[in-house]
Amino acid sequence: MAIEDTKNSAAAASAQTGAYKGFVYLPLIAGWLVPGAGHFLLRKWVRGALLSASILGMFVLGLAMQGKLYANVHDLLDLLGLAGDLGNGLLFVVSRLLNLGADQVQVTTADWGTRFIVVAGLLNVIAAVDAHNLRTGRKS
Amino acid sequence: MTHFLAVVLFALFASTVFGITMREKPKSMVRYGIYCFVLFVSSAIALSWLMYLIAR
Repeated sequence: MAIEDTKNSAAAASAQTGAYKGFVYLPLIAGWLVPGAGHFLLRKWVRGALLSASILGMFVLGLAMQGKLYANVHDLLDLLGLAGDLGNGLLFVVSRLLNLGADQVQVTTADWGTRFIVVAGLLNVIAAVDAHNLRTGRKS
Repeated sequence: MTHFLAVVLFALFASTVFGITMREKPKSMVRYGIYCFVLFVSSAIALSWLMYLIAR
């Protein structure tokens, strides 16, 4: 009975995976580069829109609060901040190119803004991994 | 922007992502999202009161 259940769930997962074509890691990479894009590729429109709005909203609010975008690594904590910021994918790159974000935290809200930007990046990584799990059939 | 508004917005965005990514069915996504939101905000309020009482 248990073996049959396992076979059925494996068949369901394989059918789910078969529904998506193309490069397996594409939703993961697309989701990292553009928030929500991984879910859009898998035609999960509502989930993608909600993820995109949440991550973009958090990132934009962080910038509006004059949050800092990490660029240089002076100590270990800066490295962690940079790793979090890099999770934002193209948002981080474009913002750096446009010189958005403060160089130094000078007001209290800027400190909150810096955290918002880092957490937006971390949430984006979670969303991209979720898109990958949907693509591989690990999640339905 | 007040500190509390920042906490509420943070909780809203983080809970939305947690709800969608940590559950499979839409109904349980909504339920888990609300659960996370309430936990975020209530723990922020509780910790704020704790810090206020310690600082007195």
